[in-house]
Amino acid sequence: MPELLEIAQRIAAQARPGEQIEAYVSWHRETEVRAFEGAVESLSSAEAAGVGIRVISGQRQGFAYVGDLDESHAREALAEARDNARFSSIDEHAGVAAPDGVAPETIELWNEALLDYPNEKKIACALELERLVRSGDPRIRQVVSTDYGDACGESAIANSLGIATTSRETTCYVSADVVAGEGDDTQTGGGYSVGRGPDEIIVERAAKDAIERATRLLGATKPPSAKLAVIFDPRVTATLISIIAGTLSGEEVARGRSLFADRIGEEVAASMLTLVDDPTDIRAFGASAIDDEGLACRRNVLIEDGQLAKYLYDTYSARTANTVSTGSAVRGGFKSMPGVGARALCLVPGELDQPGMIASIENGLLVQGISGVHSGVNRVSGDFSVGAEGVMIRGGRLAEPVREITIASTIQKMLQNVLAVGNDLEWLPSSAAGVSLAIGEISMSGA
Amino acid sequence: MTLSVDQDDIEQTLSLALAGGGDFAEVFIEDRRSTGISLDDGRVEEITTGRDRGAGIRVVVGDTTGFAHTADISLAGLAAAARAAAAVAKGGGGGVQTVALERRDSAPTSAIEIYPESVTKATKVALLERADEIARGSGSAIVQVSAGYGDSRRHFIVANSDGVYAEDDQVRTRIFVMCVANGDTGMQTGYESVAHTIGYELFDRMGIDEIAAKAANRAITKLSARPAPSGIVPIVLKSGSGGILFHEACGHGLEADHIVKDASVYAHRVGELVASPLVTLVDDGTVTDEWGTSSIDDEGYPTQRNVLIKDGILTDYMWDLLRARKEGRPSSGNGRRQSYQHLPMVRMTNTYLLPGADDPEEIIAQTESGVYVAHLGGGQVNTATGDFVFGMTEAYLIENGEITEPIRDANLIGNGPDVLGKIDAVGDDFDMCPGTCGKDGQSVPVGCGQPTMRISGVTVGGTAGA
Repeated sequence: MPELLEIAQRIAAQARPGEQIEAYVSWHRETEVRAFEGAVESLSSAEAAGVGIRVISGQRQGFAYVGDLDESHAREALAEARDNARFSSIDEHAGVAAPDGVAPETIELWNEALLDYPNEKKIACALELERLVRSGDPRIRQVVSTDYGDACGESAIANSLGIATTSRETTCYVSADVVAGEGDDTQTGGGYSVGRGPDEIIVERAAKDAIERATRLLGATKPPSAKLAVIFDPRVTATLISIIAGTLSGEEVARGRSLFADRIGEEVAASMLTLVDDPTDIRAFGASAIDDEGLACRRNVLIEDGQLAKYLYDTYSARTANTVSTGSAVRGGFKSMPGVGARALCLVPGELDQPGMIASIENGLLVQGISGVHSGVNRVSGDFSVGAEGVMIRGGRLAEPVREITIASTIQKMLQNVLAVGNDLEWLPSSAAGVSLAIGEISMSGA
Repeated sequence: MTLSVDQDDIEQTLSLALAGGGDFAEVFIEDRRSTGISLDDGRVEEITTGRDRGAGIRVVVGDTTGFAHTADISLAGLAAAARAAAAVAKGGGGGVQTVALERRDSAPTSAIEIYPESVTKATKVALLERADEIARGSGSAIVQVSAGYGDSRRHFIVANSDGVYAEDDQVRTRIFVMCVANGDTGMQTGYESVAHTIGYELFDRMGIDEIAAKAANRAITKLSARPAPSGIVPIVLKSGSGGILFHEACGHGLEADHIVKDASVYAHRVGELVASPLVTLVDDGTVTDEWGTSSIDDEGYPTQRNVLIKDGILTDYMWDLLRARKEGRPSSGNGRRQSYQHLPMVRMTNTYLLPGADDPEEIIAQTESGVYVAHLGGGQVNTATGDFVFGMTEAYLIENGEITEPIRDANLIGNGPDVLGKIDAVGDDFDMCPGTCGKDGQSVPVGCGQPTMRISGVTVGGTAGA
């Protein structure tokens, strides 16, 4: 494989006087095995690579990419990016990241064991998961698919101001997609196990997870509408805090598109709530030593004891706000320009476990899953209305399962109405960790 | 724009892919160029152009599919990918198979008048600046405007060991405008997008001023919105964007991959009444210029008009080549993939409900109380249970048969088969909307459509008493 950093540096070195160039070069290789009914349904193996080039010239910015590492194609992309810059608006804040002196932490995200793990074992893993799920519970009606997947990837960023960084990581997972049934009732569920390498995968856990999620709502009914307290399961909380972090992006704040604009220092949440984004925490799936502009990632406290403390910034949004980057540049790969994003969100855990939280609620709902988040949450107005399923809580105990309901409030009210943060912190394959979270006064719409 | 790949090279690659045995091999070679321009906060801040070239090769042995892709479309690159895909074919019959390809002509569904690459970047930039100006001029409450323009040209060749050799050159143009309005009760958003499988003539047919004003007015209208009701209420869906309900609540469950795995509520139900007799549902990849339209699918088969539900009775599912082969039937032209880096699977094209006989005005007038949904956002469905959820992004109360006050954004939740049975009025109007459908990590452009119609009861997830 070619040296990615050398390619990036060669591109960045072509900057003309008065011009800035940033090159992002990435490569990755992945394998995915899908099993169905005791056989391999599909096995994909692929390598992909590409180069994204950003040019800033005369305070105008242009971007172009190409989906391979051919240097003649990269030269064409550079010419395209230069041409694109001619047509964008003048923006005094446009610019690539300048080295800021913050040293990146050493974080090992590379598991060598993954590289020569043979296909036979990958296949065996997917088949074993299917067998475990099928035989794990008589109510399992169909195992739609079980997957084993792994990937290793490297990326390099170089710019004409002297940034020159590389990073690499491996990831590995197994997952199952399951249908369970009892009588006329059908429910679905998914389970997984993730790690940096095959040695970190626990197939049994994925099987148990899938079976539990597919069967727990069997017999669920649609309850009458009510206003009540809810407890979010850790995975649901992870989704919620990802949404909240999206509204704390310096870019959205600067554009007047955040419900939290101009509110630093205000009490935006109940006092037991502290929200942190710390990509240097090795336990996080999104852990990273450097951000996607080549600056060091760092621990950022966004909400501290209920008080709004900080927004996240990349270089551009920081300049518009007259501050400095928080090392929070992210991008969707070589095809996109950097933007602002969280990588490793986490609520600081509280004292109670989930049973303890349930015991403290007289009339409520344990929310085990939400849907329609994309369409049901307005990050500008804060309106929150999502599909939900879970188990009713009566007199401090779990009661009957419910489905086909919605829960609605606003993000602002939910944060103010937090009753407790659980102690059951769970790291998930996403940009946020989960923890049980109790919130008062939510509208549940049902029958 | 052409792909410089020799037909001989493709034949050789297919032979190589099956050299170790196998029932089916396919080569998909793609060259895609795209342009994206975004305006935000009054500035054109992002102009992106990109190019992706590569090939995806699959080999099927029994029930197993091997897949590999490469960005190297030289014969050596294709050969390496073919060997990788065939690696799963071990234990197969072996022996050399030769493949003779027969070129299949496809009539282009959309005639392109102005290819996007023939329009200057300055013209495209000016279009977005005009959108910004019109949106901001729509009312002093508009405090933020963002707009995006995108075009793409995708040329691909697909050939398989059944002898199919097909090519397509697809052009897509789209624009969106998003506005934020600020008022006494906080901020609200309004969004509008237009997208067609045509070139820049899109903006001769559909004025940018109209698109921008629509987005702005949607945001302004919502400033005075009341909380949405909570509970089961009748809803009237305005023609157009409500089509997503049928895409989500019903279309996904009719995709053959879910059917053959018995993971759909609609499995084993052909010939049964699955909807109100007022419902005739069609998936049609041939509708002129619509967002889900193409002359052939990504497996080289012509798209067609497939009637899925006729007068409430389930008539057929949607098929890709792999699932169809297994059932011994032809593909319905629904095999699609995001790019050469993805395996094709069963996907919808343009999915819509046919118009009925009712006057849309009358449908509203005959609704004592309920919600009028003028615009729906995205949604999500569980195909195994039929449970769906989707968001209202412009909606009003219906009181005493009249549309009255706007309501705030909220989700609707329901069950597909249940809702299909509760359709009690279907209008004689019709409209379609573009969308992006995500499935199993792949996104493809689709169209959705429907006439104005009423559903006798759906759960609305608001915060006010129903």
